[in-house]
Amino acid sequence: MISYLIRRVLQSVLVLLVVGLIAFAMFNFIGDPIDNMLGQERTQEDVDRLKAQLGLDQPFVVQYLRFLASALQGNLGVSYEQGRPVAQILAERAPATLELAAVSGLFALVAGIVLGVFTAIRRNGLAANAIMTFSLIGVSLPTFLIGILLIYLFSVELDWLPSFGRGDTVDVGGWSTGFLTTSGLRALILPAITLGLYQMTLIMRLVRAEMLEVIRADYVRFARARGLSERVVLFRHALKNTLVPVITITGLQLGSLIAFAIITESVFQWPGMGLLFINAIQFVDIPVMAAYLMLISVMFVGINLVVDLLYVAIDPRLRT
Amino acid sequence: MSRFLKFWDSDFAWGFRRSPVAVVSFVVTLILILSAVFAPLLAVMNPFDPASLNLMNGFTAPGTPNAFTGDSFLMGTDDQGRDVYSTILYGLRISLFVGFAAVTLGLVLGVTLGLIAGYFGGWTDTIIMRIADIQLTFPSILVAMLIFGVAKGFTPVEYRDQLAIWVLILSIGLSDWVQFARVVRGATMVEKGKEYVQAAKLIGRGSLPIMIRHILPNVLSPVLVIATISLALAIIAEATLSFLGVGAPPTQPSLGTLIRIGQGFLFSGEWWILFFPSVTLLALALSVNLLGDWLRDALNPKLR
Amino acid sequence: MALLEISDLTVKFPTRRKTFVAVDHATLTVQAGEIHGLVGESGAGKSTVGAAIMGLLERPGHITGGTIRLKDQAISGLDADAMRALRGKRISMIFQDPLTSLNPLFTIRQQLVETITAHLDTTPSEANARALDLMQQVGIPNPEERLDQYPHQFSGGMRQRVVIALALCSEPEVIIADEPTTALDVAVQAQILDLIRELAVKRDVGVILITHDMGVIADITDRVTVMYQGAVVESGPTAKVLGTPEHPYTQSLIAAVPRPDKRLHRFPQVSYGGRETRFAIEEIAGQWNVTPTSAETPLLRVESISKRFIEKRSILPRFRTYFTAVDAVSFDIMPGEVFGLVGESGSGKSTVARMISGLYDLDGGQVTFEGNVVSDPKDKATRAAFRQDIQMIFQDPHSSLNPRMRVDKIVAEPILHHGLLSGSAVTRRVAELLDQVGLGTDAGLKYPHEFSGGQRQRISIARALATEPKFLICDEPTSALDVSIQAQILNILKDLQEHLGLTMLFISHDLPVVRQMCDRVAVMKHGKLEELADTETLFMAPKTDYTRELLSLMPKLDAI
Repeated sequence: MISYLIRRVLQSVLVLLVVGLIAFAMFNFIGDPIDNMLGQERTQEDVDRLKAQLGLDQPFVVQYLRFLASALQGNLGVSYEQGRPVAQILAERAPATLELAAVSGLFALVAGIVLGVFTAIRRNGLAANAIMTFSLIGVSLPTFLIGILLIYLFSVELDWLPSFGRGDTVDVGGWSTGFLTTSGLRALILPAITLGLYQMTLIMRLVRAEMLEVIRADYVRFARARGLSERVVLFRHALKNTLVPVITITGLQLGSLIAFAIITESVFQWPGMGLLFINAIQFVDIPVMAAYLMLISVMFVGINLVVDLLYVAIDPRLRT
Repeated sequence: MSRFLKFWDSDFAWGFRRSPVAVVSFVVTLILILSAVFAPLLAVMNPFDPASLNLMNGFTAPGTPNAFTGDSFLMGTDDQGRDVYSTILYGLRISLFVGFAAVTLGLVLGVTLGLIAGYFGGWTDTIIMRIADIQLTFPSILVAMLIFGVAKGFTPVEYRDQLAIWVLILSIGLSDWVQFARVVRGATMVEKGKEYVQAAKLIGRGSLPIMIRHILPNVLSPVLVIATISLALAIIAEATLSFLGVGAPPTQPSLGTLIRIGQGFLFSGEWWILFFPSVTLLALALSVNLLGDWLRDALNPKLR
Repeated sequence: MALLEISDLTVKFPTRRKTFVAVDHATLTVQAGEIHGLVGESGAGKSTVGAAIMGLLERPGHITGGTIRLKDQAISGLDADAMRALRGKRISMIFQDPLTSLNPLFTIRQQLVETITAHLDTTPSEANARALDLMQQVGIPNPEERLDQYPHQFSGGMRQRVVIALALCSEPEVIIADEPTTALDVAVQAQILDLIRELAVKRDVGVILITHDMGVIADITDRVTVMYQGAVVESGPTAKVLGTPEHPYTQSLIAAVPRPDKRLHRFPQVSYGGRETRFAIEEIAGQWNVTPTSAETPLLRVESISKRFIEKRSILPRFRTYFTAVDAVSFDIMPGEVFGLVGESGSGKSTVARMISGLYDLDGGQVTFEGNVVSDPKDKATRAAFRQDIQMIFQDPHSSLNPRMRVDKIVAEPILHHGLLSGSAVTRRVAELLDQVGLGTDAGLKYPHEFSGGQRQRISIARALATEPKFLICDEPTSALDVSIQAQILNILKDLQEHLGLTMLFISHDLPVVRQMCDRVAVMKHGKLEELADTETLFMAPKTDYTRELLSLMPKLDAI
């Protein structure tokens, strides 16, 4: 088991190194950084000086290692568009995105598992069929349309909830949180549902499919043949086996929440990292794109590692 | 003809006829595809020909005649006086074209790499699947955005709008080969162990004929299911990117671009500019998804 | 009063095109303390009877007529809740595959205790004590320690014992065992059967034992019911039914079982229901062009071949561990001889076949065919020539033919690959071959799934004969087939050997079959050659303990 975990950690490091390489390549090969930093009026002297200063005259590997070292120290370059350090911009934006992702993730997970189990065991019931039909609409409805629909319903027609922004925030030790004010919480509702709905339908459909698969397995048939009650068969034997694959996919889904936040943030003008990233793509602001990519991969890799640990906790076959 | 009759009588076609959902979604998909193909014939005007536009016709509500010109439009017009119905037909063309092209790219790439990885195993497999794993760590929409951003960085500014569609296809296609590769690799590894492949090896057949003639036909049914679902996902991904302003440009608007434009009129009351493109996109994505869902059940031997 | 009484039971599966009658007015009774065998070939409806008793019929199947009575209670009409109360409590079931019938995520203790408390009103400590007691009764060593282990830590035979313990939790009156030993090795099979026998007598339980294996029936059942296409054709005390079968189907079934005690020239085929299909061996022999090789020198020499597989991967060679599947095995096969290779699963016999045929590369030793070394993967020319002279018939007729390829394409592939014929000559030759193996000339236009298991094996034979090989490897060619079909296929192989002088390597775990087919036999155990002798010598005077043990485990039909 320990060797399994070591392998996974090594793999994670590999992923991060590859992502770092991509980010580094983005810096170096897309557009000329010299062009980006010096204006039209420049001398060859300026160029050479800057090259030496940036280490661009060094061999590729040295440059890559330097890049990694400075990234590890939190030096992620300067935004072409805003002219400020990228790390500083990201730090300002991160709390908004993380709070949004956390709330919608919780919503997607709880509602998804409950509804998934329900639709699997009441397979041909009326309510289950209705939920399944809605879930297909949910999967087919692009996130931005859900957002627009919710804005139209709750902001334009009913005027209950705000249609954009974070509301009032409170600064707690450098972390600006919207959890502590009424307007902040109200502003969180629509974006959180928008972001979570798609993931919820995915988790629900996955739980249902796995559950139906497990119900057909021999050991479930044998559990029935031993006369165990339907409750024990479903919630002890079937559900636990269902969880094994569900955890992997769900872990990945939670990671993708942070990415899908880009869309939600754009619809609701939510001042998070996603909105920043979209602007960066539009302006081809490479340092911001690269930094966002690296930050998000660290998060994903972390989530994947936690998922692996959970896996080991649930499945005894991995413990030997 | 007898071939068609044989197919018509097969359990597959019979199950299809018995499922109203499958039939309806198939018909809707077909209608949408046909209207995209024949858009120039069905459209009232070419919305991108400035000569055919009349600014006076701007903001005409659906079904009611315009106050100045007396012209009437089925789905209304936008601020420029463009017929929404016609823009949807042309937008559908872009959306479907990008969707099909991206899925084809992803499919060819994924199936090829999946076959190679599954058949040869060893280092080839490790390298291909590690790349797939790394890419899978990131949601495909993010990968598509990144590829789009990078590709945009490479394209000279003056060609960016012209090449946007191709960049879109490339980025969506490259972001979804992994699904195909994983499924094909898994199925290939199962088929490779079967005795008919060993029989072919024993005859002396080489790797390429075995992969193409023996294994490929046997791994295609899951590929069909994934291709259908990927088509829905690619259409949604394209719409999302375009909605975010990093996809199809306003000069060549897809459904997503139209929704982006329409969103601006949400608060001012011209609902039709947003509503009709959204409904079309939903109908397209939903019917393709429903078809994929039905196909998955129909082709799954376990559910028989 | 009978313990379990089934009368006129009919089960139907309505499908789109027609309603399939899986069980057709079946009647049988089971007494307490008796093992009642239910035997038949695939599709006979024997498992459906078991599922019907348990109330676990898979949809759309349902009981359309007849009754099932447990003592004085009719159980065939009960609703789902009443049936559940009965299942496990009064009737238990043992499934075929012990690998999949235990939940992998729970310990044995958890699964036993939950079943005990579901049926008996006990305190937790009583339930635990009972779980321990059951583990001892089914003969699991160190029960105390093993209770807290997970299913994956048990071997196949031990798992089946756990499954039996689970079935015994509530003192059931009836146990239905559906092919309980089919997935197990012979040695383990015998132990499990003994255990079932012992428990049935000691606890006065009625057991219905569903199997396709006449040997199992002969070994442990008291009474037997023979089914054919859903209907009961004969029922009675085992000794009587096996000794003096009355129904022609039973007669043909018993006659087709290979005899372990003496070698017959051919398998007797008492045909029933038009199952006999022709095999035109004279026609084939008339066209055969191969010149016989001299009978003095071996056709194939296997010299000290070895094969190891990686068990645990690692980048550093030092940390890799290997599993040696074949360990320095040597033998010669003379021209025209049928050479048998026997052993339990995992003994390496199939690996040897794949090494000879070139599907696996060797890790040591060499294979020589007609004096040429054919085991060197770099010597492409020799190997290509060798491939024309060697063919193989595989075990599983469902996977040995490409399901997406038309049958004529399957048979034509070797002809085209080796460039033996071209154009319309290929089409003619393929049609001819298919006709000669008894499938008719237009069989080529169909796909493999349109044929039965026995017919598919004939397609494999047609494909194998297409290049007119000198050497044929048969890897368990009949172990997936019903006995009557097995007899037909084995007779075909005997014909090929006799009329064409084809040399064969015949691999099987089934000793009676080996005795009927082979001239010389090699016994393998854990990758090593244990014993090699003439068939008669080996069966009459085995030299090693292992061979003696294997022989003692052979089912003895005539013992009754």
